[in-house]
Amino acid sequence: MYSPAIVAEAMVNGLMTGAVYALIALGLTLVYGVLHIINFAHGALLTAAMFAVWGVHVGIGLDPYLAIPVLTPLFFALGYGVQRFVIGPASHGDDSNILLVTLGLSIAIENALLASFRSDTRTLNTEYGFQVVEIGPLLLSQPRLIGFGAAVLVTILLWLVLSRTDTGRAIRAVAKEKLGASLVGIDVAHVYAVTFGLGCACLAVAACLLMPTFYVNPRVGNAFVLVAFTIVVLGGMGSIPGALLGGLFIGVVESLCGLYLGDSLGQIGIFLIFILVLLVRPTGLFGAKA
Amino acid sequence: MTLFVRPTRRAVLQGGVASAAILGAPAILRAQPAAVKIGILQPVTGALAQDGEFGRMGAEMAINEINAAGGIKSMGGAKLQMVFGDARSNPEAGTQEVERLNAEGVSAIVGGFASPICLAASQAASRYDLPYIVDVGVSDQIVQRGLKNTFRFAPGFGMVTSVALDNLVKLNDGAGKPARTVVLVHEDGLFGSGLAKLMQAELPKRGFEVLETIAHPTPARDMSNVALRIRSLNPDLVIPSSYYGEFVLLARTMQQQRIRPKGIYAVLNGAASNYRFVKEFPEAAANVMDCNHWYDPRNAKAQELKKQAEAQGKVFAYNVPLNYSCVKLVADAIERAGSGDRAKIIEALNASTFKDHIMPYGTTRFENGQNMGAAPVNLQVQGNDIKVIFPEAFADGKPVFPATA
Amino acid sequence: MTARDLVSIAVVVGLLALIPLFVTANTVLNFLVFTLVIALAAQGWNLLGGFGGQFSFGHAAFFGTGAYATALLQARLGVNAWAGFALAIAAGAAIGWLIGYLSFRSGLRGSYFALVTLAFAEVLRILTNATGFTGGAAGLLLKLDARPENFQFASRAAFFWIALALVAAALVITRAVERSRFGAQLVAVRENEAAAKALGVDVLAVKLKAITLSAAITAAAGAFYTQYFLYIDATIAYGTWISVEALLAPIIGGLGTVFGPLLGAFTLHGLGELTKTFAGSVPGIDLVIFGALLIVAVAFAPDGLLGLLRRLGLRGRARGA
Repeated sequence: MYSPAIVAEAMVNGLMTGAVYALIALGLTLVYGVLHIINFAHGALLTAAMFAVWGVHVGIGLDPYLAIPVLTPLFFALGYGVQRFVIGPASHGDDSNILLVTLGLSIAIENALLASFRSDTRTLNTEYGFQVVEIGPLLLSQPRLIGFGAAVLVTILLWLVLSRTDTGRAIRAVAKEKLGASLVGIDVAHVYAVTFGLGCACLAVAACLLMPTFYVNPRVGNAFVLVAFTIVVLGGMGSIPGALLGGLFIGVVESLCGLYLGDSLGQIGIFLIFILVLLVRPTGLFGAKA
Repeated sequence: MTLFVRPTRRAVLQGGVASAAILGAPAILRAQPAAVKIGILQPVTGALAQDGEFGRMGAEMAINEINAAGGIKSMGGAKLQMVFGDARSNPEAGTQEVERLNAEGVSAIVGGFASPICLAASQAASRYDLPYIVDVGVSDQIVQRGLKNTFRFAPGFGMVTSVALDNLVKLNDGAGKPARTVVLVHEDGLFGSGLAKLMQAELPKRGFEVLETIAHPTPARDMSNVALRIRSLNPDLVIPSSYYGEFVLLARTMQQQRIRPKGIYAVLNGAASNYRFVKEFPEAAANVMDCNHWYDPRNAKAQELKKQAEAQGKVFAYNVPLNYSCVKLVADAIERAGSGDRAKIIEALNASTFKDHIMPYGTTRFENGQNMGAAPVNLQVQGNDIKVIFPEAFADGKPVFPATA
Repeated sequence: MTARDLVSIAVVVGLLALIPLFVTANTVLNFLVFTLVIALAAQGWNLLGGFGGQFSFGHAAFFGTGAYATALLQARLGVNAWAGFALAIAAGAAIGWLIGYLSFRSGLRGSYFALVTLAFAEVLRILTNATGFTGGAAGLLLKLDARPENFQFASRAAFFWIALALVAAALVITRAVERSRFGAQLVAVRENEAAAKALGVDVLAVKLKAITLSAAITAAAGAFYTQYFLYIDATIAYGTWISVEALLAPIIGGLGTVFGPLLGAFTLHGLGELTKTFAGSVPGIDLVIFGALLIVAVAFAPDGLLGLLRRLGLRGRARGA
């Protein structure tokens, strides 16, 4: 049906897309692993980050890659604030409340973006935006290759932060045993906020990597969030290597399903995997307890 | 439900002038005739807000112009008063607004934009025999329900597809038949899927071979596999029907992957005849053709309105001239009916041969509510501008096909 | 359940039923009918989420099944509208049972359950959008033929009374569940599933019963939507908008109470109309307010408006948990 070169290129495309998906899923899995909450506002926050990238590009001419060191700390602070001052206090620590608060946040953020930017689609035009790298018969998009590399790099960085730094140790302590951690003097609320901030920082990087080849409108985050959930569940909630591998796997699956079933029906592949994993092995490939 | 109508500035001014006149000149026994209310229904909030704004702008331009020229002469110079309803991008809100517009006593409603909204709203209006003129909504079902109150001035997609096909054959024949194989790319919503189905049935009859039909969702996260499949199939023509974001992605990816079919022939595409796309991505847009709603470029009034819109920093998208023309159509019907009575307006519309519009249409004639003179035109991006290439009667450019490398 | 339990329901329903006798403006009636549809869908959600503690983020799966089932039966098979309505409720219940069986049997709870329901709703949406039998992307259009035997009425008041009757039935069912052994088991599962199990409650059976009933009620709302608007497509039937509406209303009105969904639906939609009047020109502002409301409600009024009223000392009849 399709020549091997086409299938191979589809798989490579899938890997590259999957790496960015993984970066988006990273924030989600981290937040779940530590705070044990599913952040339903993740998609809306991604949309906000993408608008931010577009905004600084159009406003002060900042290249999306150069925007990474600018927006990452900004979104870290935003995430910190949201968790510390909105989600934490509003939910009184109750799991089902947190679910609802993040849902409320996602509705509010998405529609605030709609109110500010209106509904039309915006794109960035950079000269390298559609350049290709030729590898044999494969024509690979340069920005997406960069995206792949950057995503893997960030994943490794994050993993190092969690395993080698004091903050990382504190985060892991809280994730494992909240009461014990607070008893030894760890400020749990602060750790929660830092984790959430890290999740948002990952989103900022992902947004910078996506914008050269993609577009943004207020509904764009929704397109990514369900995939991110699937990856998190597949890779195991709270597992960083799980998020990376899960992301790459889903990227390839989506690409191949799209190739053989058509992109519309192919979306079903993702949801079916999602449902199957949830029903059969909710802890995912590398996850801890359910 | 809204308890107060937000008065337009014009209405307030008119009210002020009218009362000043009456107070200042008690000798005048005949007062200004009562305004005829026109309901304008557009989705100005929600996902379709951008298009809704264009529609409203077009309607306002028409109403202002008619009033400035003296209003409805057969009713003693009665002015048109716009009563605006926000359809909020979903059919339930559209229905609610129709109820409100009816309660306000409008003589007709123009607008809707999206087919689901038009379907629900026109049906709600039919309960009151309230004339409803659809502006854009292309679904053929809109005029197939036997509703006496529903009219559509623009072409439906059955009509658009058949014109697109005819013009494609003409284009191909005119260039010596360089194209035979086709790949269809479409968004998986109402118009994309409907168009694809019609194309799949009709293209083989005209001597083309459909290699593959590729559906994609909106929003699509990635179009590189679509581009990949096109590359592997290497068709002569790519026929895309997508919304703005996805088409931009596809066009740019095709550019990047060096996929250069003999032509990209879009139908009812969200980006291909969009000035913003042309301005932002000139290389990807070059020579792209589209079969879409458009204004008559040879009409002086259309050019004037285009300048007016651009002076305000707004794009002259097709919704503007279309809504402008629809409102003028209704005003003409009211003029001939000599009254704001709904039944008389419906009768007048059914007999309408309205000419004073700025659309590239043939003679106006309504059959089952559909204007049989309506037609799309073929456009092509040439030299950073969008030109009409077919039909010749309205063309302001010649087709470039096959696309130059 | 005694007669006393039904008095409050009878009073509320009775008062509402009088409205069309005094208000004939179709603008108001249309608003009321749509709000009742939302309230009905929300009542379904409330049974599973409010009483059962299982938060579903994909109740659109049941709403859409009800909507499509009756539309398909009428449009493709020529089945009578009333029969179609009944069968649609059954279809919704069946889908509810199926999703419940798959999810609960695998032990999914909390966020996982919310996610899987979301996924099921999306799968259904993609499928109905892609399949020709369900009308594909063009959706399904029912013929306008306003005769009572077609479940279509020329008068909006008639639709209002039927919607009200459905809501009333759901109110009675909810009250009956609240006062029954099943209801007590359901609440026990919500409060502490492990303890309930230890006490001998068949947790799986209880949850299955709850989701089936919940799905049936929400499917009724979907089927009614089809009769009222006569047009559905995949986004209208299975879109996230209805999942969100169905869960917002009970939370605002009062989770796990009989009148919560009804109160919540009217509050939300009434507020929606108000914000439209004042902030209409800015797109999305009303939804920003909704989102903010949800957060505020959770933060300050976790028991919803009814809980607030109770806390402020406006005690009425003693209500259930």
